[in-house]
Amino acid sequence: MAEFRLPKNSRVKQGKTHKAAEGAKRTTTFKVYRYDPDSGENPQMDTYEVDRDRCGPMVLDALIKIKNETDSTLAFRRSCREGICGSCAMNIDGTNTLACTKPIDDVKGEVKIYPLPHMDVVKDLIPDLTHAYEQLASVKPWMRTEAPVSPTQERLQSPEDRAKLDGLYECILCFCCTTSCPSYWWNPERYLGPATLLQAYRWIADSRDEATNERLDELEDPFKLYRCHTIMNCTKTCPKHLNPAKAIAETKKLMVERQG
Amino acid sequence: MASKKRRLGPAHTGTGHFWHQRLTAIALIPLTLFFVGLLPNLAGATYAEFVTLMKFPVTPIALALLVGVGLWHMKLGLQTIIEDYIHSEGCKVAAQICMTFATVLLGVAGLVALVMLAA
Repeated sequence: MAEFRLPKNSRVKQGKTHKAAEGAKRTTTFKVYRYDPDSGENPQMDTYEVDRDRCGPMVLDALIKIKNETDSTLAFRRSCREGICGSCAMNIDGTNTLACTKPIDDVKGEVKIYPLPHMDVVKDLIPDLTHAYEQLASVKPWMRTEAPVSPTQERLQSPEDRAKLDGLYECILCFCCTTSCPSYWWNPERYLGPATLLQAYRWIADSRDEATNERLDELEDPFKLYRCHTIMNCTKTCPKHLNPAKAIAETKKLMVERQG
Repeated sequence: MASKKRRLGPAHTGTGHFWHQRLTAIALIPLTLFFVGLLPNLAGATYAEFVTLMKFPVTPIALALLVGVGLWHMKLGLQTIIEDYIHSEGCKVAAQICMTFATVLLGVAGLVALVMLAA
């Protein structure tokens, strides 16, 4: 039944404070969630003061500076630093977003950083996305066709049909949306979540894909699809400004339409 | 995390539930407006006046629809809430059974009351 507090071993404690180097004129305080499964300790919030005159503009710049200069034990994922790989998705100032495209100046006061919500934590800001990736794989997010086409031939698509994929193909699979969804928090085992459902619709909407009916069959389930209650957190949080809620609504519309 | 994985295939249902919830929601707009419109007419009315009001066919028909459609809508909503928040299979089934029985009981009681008033 309902649990109103975090389990004992998940309650967050006060951590260490690292002051900025002497002579820093303009500093910003970062409070970062730290968890090390090997230590057996509870998670804690460490405080880092960062000299803004010696730091790039984005939250990721600050995290990299902290790791390089202050505390090399801090663990987080990052790669492209330009919002296209989806690695540095985390909860900054209460919203899931990409650290690399989130300006530090957008946050008023202290910058609080947590891992993506409601996922198992591997270490510090690194969530375990294994299950989310498995769910993504379960919708077979690739083109399924029956008509054979020779490898030297292209599968053509009109500009109008191609336009239907705008707002869908740009998803970078950072899972900011999925981990912001209360429905996914309560039923992650069975509800596919907005990121996976957007990917499913990306192929349903593709004129070249020939498995639309099978795809709808695979989604038609009280939990896989219909746990979406149009809460809209997904659309609000998406760092790429996509609209997973609309993709899910379009899928539901097709479900109703094909019934008669 | 692998233990969390539940390899359940699609149940191939859910669309009916989704559609009926919207359908009943639409139907409840005029029915609720009718009911709210009826209330001022009932304020301070005697039992005899109320029974007279029930002699117009539109009143018992609209009220019977309100009871039926309203409870159906309620049942669909409560079913979703139970599925969302109750995770032990035993409790979930027990809650669904109690909720369904209670809905049918309320519906029958409401309709019988209307029949007794309108008869």
